Amino acid sequence: MPPEYGSSAEGFFGRHRNSVVLAGALFAQIVGLAAQVKRPVDPRHPDSGSVRLIRMWTVAVLTPFERAIVSTGHGVRGFWSGYVDLHAVHEENKRLRQENQELKLQQALWNEDASQAHRLQTLIDFKQHFIHQTLPAQVIGSSGTDLSRVLYLDRGARDGVKPDMAVVTPDGIVGKISRTFATTSQVLMISDPTSGVGGLLESSRLHGIVRGTASGDVALRYIMQEETVQKGERVVTSGGDRIFPKGLQVGMIKEISRGGDGFYNLTIAPAANLNRLEEVLIVTEISNDSLLAESNEAPQRAAELLAKRLPTVKKNPANEIKDEPEKPVKKSTSTPAVDEKVTKPTTSAAVPKTAPAQAKADAKQEQPVR
Amino acid sequence: MALSITSREQFEVYRFNPVVAIAVPLLAIFIQAYLPLKVSFFNIFDLPLLVTIFFAVARRNPIAGLLTGMIIGLVQDSLTHSFLGLFGISKTVVGFAASSLGVKIDVENPGSRLLMAAGFYLVQKIVYFVVARGMAGMEMPLDLPHSFGAALANGFLAIVLFALLDKTKQRS
Repeated sequence: MPPEYGSSAEGFFGRHRNSVVLAGALFAQIVGLAAQVKRPVDPRHPDSGSVRLIRMWTVAVLTPFERAIVSTGHGVRGFWSGYVDLHAVHEENKRLRQENQELKLQQALWNEDASQAHRLQTLIDFKQHFIHQTLPAQVIGSSGTDLSRVLYLDRGARDGVKPDMAVVTPDGIVGKISRTFATTSQVLMISDPTSGVGGLLESSRLHGIVRGTASGDVALRYIMQEETVQKGERVVTSGGDRIFPKGLQVGMIKEISRGGDGFYNLTIAPAANLNRLEEVLIVTEISNDSLLAESNEAPQRAAELLAKRLPTVKKNPANEIKDEPEKPVKKSTSTPAVDEKVTKPTTSAAVPKTAPAQAKADAKQEQPVR
Repeated sequence: MALSITSREQFEVYRFNPVVAIAVPLLAIFIQAYLPLKVSFFNIFDLPLLVTIFFAVARRNPIAGLLTGMIIGLVQDSLTHSFLGLFGISKTVVGFAASSLGVKIDVENPGSRLLMAAGFYLVQKIVYFVVARGMAGMEMPLDLPHSFGAALANGFLAIVLFALLDKTKQRS
């Protein structure tokens, strides 16, 4: 009978109201989570509309405070250093009058100017060599948890920032823009487990993927154990991810161990101090030259590899054949083994754009040898 | 150390000024997002979790506790790069459990606060781990020694923080 059903239902909800609300709240969140997990991830639009809205609200509420704190901090620091400078000038004047040490003081000032000029020169050189256009930005916040390593910058879509732009410092790479808001953007750091950057061992030219680990370290993955890797070897960006220009510093190999999957576990000490970032550069435009350089470099890289591994073959065999086409080239006894090693991809298929190029170039280089 | 089980009538139920109820969690999330930039080891603390526990225990209302946990967790989620709901689900569970615990035992003294905060830190960690691995398929090792250390650190911070937040309580 309806009244009885109603009363029993009311009784049930009355008795288990807390548990029912808990179950409802958990169920709603689990469904929401499942919907996000199932959704195909587009790097440029990783969120659905409603998810993006929640993130926008949070960022809109929190970042003005963070921005205010950062700018107040800079103001206070500026005022304090200004005061100290004034005080120092006063003291210096006194000392000049009393001790007549003008030359000594002048020298100290020159030293300071010289170091500042050196820092600026480093920054300018860095910009000229690799990157066409950058946008300086202040770091104003983080996720606040070790489980997701992201930063928030004070530049957003209004400043022309877009997802997948590289974020760097003159010391090394930091991460990439993962989400943009009107005046703020989120940076996914290279130490986050979900990040991935095309990496290259500078001396051996082996390609791998730079990834974050759950413990917050940065690792280079997919370098096969049959290759030789040394501690202290520099890791640079390979340019294969089409986000970071080729040749930017990632860090140095800090630890080497062998994994059970046939690859090394290489831990990298990042070149940029990821725990202490205040100002960064957003790469808004990559120079076309750097992309061209990458496509032109594949044969040269293969040639270097061959020369390194086949001491009997001269550095640029292609030119040698061109100059003296009739001269036969003897095949070295070690050639098959080395050829096999060179043509075999040294990385996983996760670097699709560079590995075939290298294989093609290697094939070109192999012809004159045979 | 007194973890006494007493009747419900013996516990005070507190309420909070609405401004405090909104501003304190927001401030906690703000500090949690900003301070690690200056002091990198601050990531070991979870201020939003401690605030969730404090409000849940003081109100002694499981529904209010779970809703507080859910909202704080979702806001925290929205600052990360991960899926929305990971912190939301774990803090919902913590909010509900903390307020249910607050109804049954005395959680006003420093010793019980330390144990409670450390225990709920571990609960949150386990729920997050289970949901992240089981539902979201995320790679996430459970570093137990680190987790126990962090739980203890949060427990000690809770003693100080709760003593400060006690001043915002109003008797209901």
